[in-house]
Amino acid sequence: MASKTDPFGPAGLDQLLAAKEIVIFCGPGGVGKTSVAAAAAAGAATRLGGKVLVVTVDPARRLADALGVTGLGNREREVPADLLVAAGLQPRGRLWAAMLDTKQSWDDLVLRHAPDEETAYRILENRLYDNITARFVQSHDYIAMERLHEIHRSGIYDLIVVDTPPSRNAIDFIEAPRRMAEFFGSRLLRWLTMPYRLGGRRGARMVTLASKPFYQVADRILGSQFLEDIAEFFLNFQSMYEGFVERAQAVERLLRDRRTTFVVVSTLEPAPVREAEFFVSALAERRLHLGALVLNKTLPDFLLAAPGEAAARVLCRDPDAAAKVIAAAPKQTPRQKSLDQATVSRVLHTVGESFLNFSVVAKREAELRTELAAAPDLVLRVPYFEADVCDLAGLARMGDHLFGA
Amino acid sequence: MDLLGRRLLFFTGKGGVGKSTVSAATALLAAEQGQRVLLVSADGRGDIAAFFEQRPVGFKPAVVHPGLHAMAMDTEASLREYLRLNLRMPVPGRIGPVAKVFDFVATAAPGVKEILTVGKVCWEVRESMEGRAGWDLVVVDAAATGHITAQLGAPGAIQELVSVGPVRTQVGWMGEILADPAVTALNVVVTPEEMPVHETIELVARVRAELPVPLGAVVVNRVLPELFTHAEEEAFEALRARERTAALASVAGAGVEDVLEGAELAVRLRRTRAAHLTHLRETVDLPLLYLPEMFVRSGGMRVTRMMADALGEELG
Repeated sequence: MASKTDPFGPAGLDQLLAAKEIVIFCGPGGVGKTSVAAAAAAGAATRLGGKVLVVTVDPARRLADALGVTGLGNREREVPADLLVAAGLQPRGRLWAAMLDTKQSWDDLVLRHAPDEETAYRILENRLYDNITARFVQSHDYIAMERLHEIHRSGIYDLIVVDTPPSRNAIDFIEAPRRMAEFFGSRLLRWLTMPYRLGGRRGARMVTLASKPFYQVADRILGSQFLEDIAEFFLNFQSMYEGFVERAQAVERLLRDRRTTFVVVSTLEPAPVREAEFFVSALAERRLHLGALVLNKTLPDFLLAAPGEAAARVLCRDPDAAAKVIAAAPKQTPRQKSLDQATVSRVLHTVGESFLNFSVVAKREAELRTELAAAPDLVLRVPYFEADVCDLAGLARMGDHLFGA
Repeated sequence: MDLLGRRLLFFTGKGGVGKSTVSAATALLAAEQGQRVLLVSADGRGDIAAFFEQRPVGFKPAVVHPGLHAMAMDTEASLREYLRLNLRMPVPGRIGPVAKVFDFVATAAPGVKEILTVGKVCWEVRESMEGRAGWDLVVVDAAATGHITAQLGAPGAIQELVSVGPVRTQVGWMGEILADPAVTALNVVVTPEEMPVHETIELVARVRAELPVPLGAVVVNRVLPELFTHAEEEAFEALRARERTAALASVAGAGVEDVLEGAELAVRLRRTRAAHLTHLRETVDLPLLYLPEMFVRSGGMRVTRMMADALGEELG
């Protein structure tokens, strides 16, 4: 249901998406980021035309099915035009979708950057490799940005819409490439792996005077085998250092490029709003472009209207008076049932209560909205849909609110 | 169910469902029942104290309410404590650089940060069980659904990687605490919406398959009230006839139209949520606890208290 008044107006996303090549949707977890990103991509393909790709990280199963990316690994797949048409979208352009498969992306990366095949396979077969790539805090963030760069460089798409991975700290993924490069280039890591380097490939380690205390403690805690595995892993990984640094710099340039913009998505609950605010200021600090703010799952404005509130108060205070009027009213048609006054009275009281309850939440939302809306030029609102957005028709419906029907 | 009779309660859930609020409310409820409670933010969020209108807490537990301490996990501090207790490292000066390197390895190596988090929590529980610390209950606002198996699976993962030494022994007793259903329960917070329900169902299956940690309850947050009985619903629908709405408007003003629309919205929301709830109930074989949607101002002790009261009623 569209809200009756929309103080911000729905226009504007067209223009933003027409001017950009990369749009990165970010924000706190659980606010519907994935759906909003997919709806924006579908809307861009429909309204603006061109080749549009949405890269999504962890879509709900049904949305993944709807986009046709279930079980495809990293491959990009076109969403068939007839499915879009059936969902009420009249595409001028074409829409592709892809999932981000972290494991496969890492494997590809290693194969691409390792100095030789032997090193690549030693890395891939290290028993820590899966663990590290799956759990390393910044691993998902890094690989998402790296993949974005790869796709953009291919020159296949007019617009790439990216849904960012849920991270503990929403801003992590921006920093991930640089941190990754710093990590592999750090003196600390070199110092840590030194004994193994001196000892030769897979050889016994040679502990220097400086690192001896560390290894004494580490051995006691973790056992030497574990440390050796770690060291071997990083030793091999370091062989890819130059590739990493170069890549990290390229990704950073891409994020700062004027063709790239960020869209912050949030609901209007207190905790997500706090995170979204933090995100908006973090983007500003880094001089990254904040294109729009999308407020998802918002309650309709009629809950804020003064006449409604007045009526609700009347119904709560004296439901009997109103019920009496209803029960006394003559039937309009013979088929209309007459109503029991006591029942109607209860209903009216409940209805009034419920309105006042929801209006408290709507007021809280309105207040938070005002606070958040100060930063970006473009603020879009998407109402609370009764059903989760998990098919193309849902994306089309959401798109109507994002772009204006 | 005797949730508060355990020693260690973890709360996980999809982002945005109210995992931290439920953790805080559980801790408050137990504390007001006379237990000595430690509330731990595993994500290191000191502002968990804001649920009790207190200033942010750090690694050292601080009183946030009578009978209730709170702390924010800090893996480096946890490591320092570990080194101090286990290795009897003589001078703090020597711990400095070692901790730095370790923090570095911990960032990269699997399970190390997780083990420092879970290890600290288990250690507090063990110390209390053996009479050296005073917690009756430790409540952990744990990692979100995406990370919880890595967090609680850390002892197992380390056990596979480290074959000898004190760490091996320690992950042994941690595993025992985590696996004991009389001591530990992992609880999942969910809202009656499609994605959170879906993730909860998946998580429960994954936990059963991969973790030896016993599951406790599923806490369903933000349940909307049922507005009408069947007869009332019929009457409500009849009221939406134009002439009846007009009659109502003559008593309550023109705004009555919005009020009826608002009620319809509430009914529809309730109905879709009820469908997700039914799906959850039919799929997940765990006790469900229901917490109502709170139509109140945001955050703070007021909400924590209301949630604790509602939880208390659910637990009976």
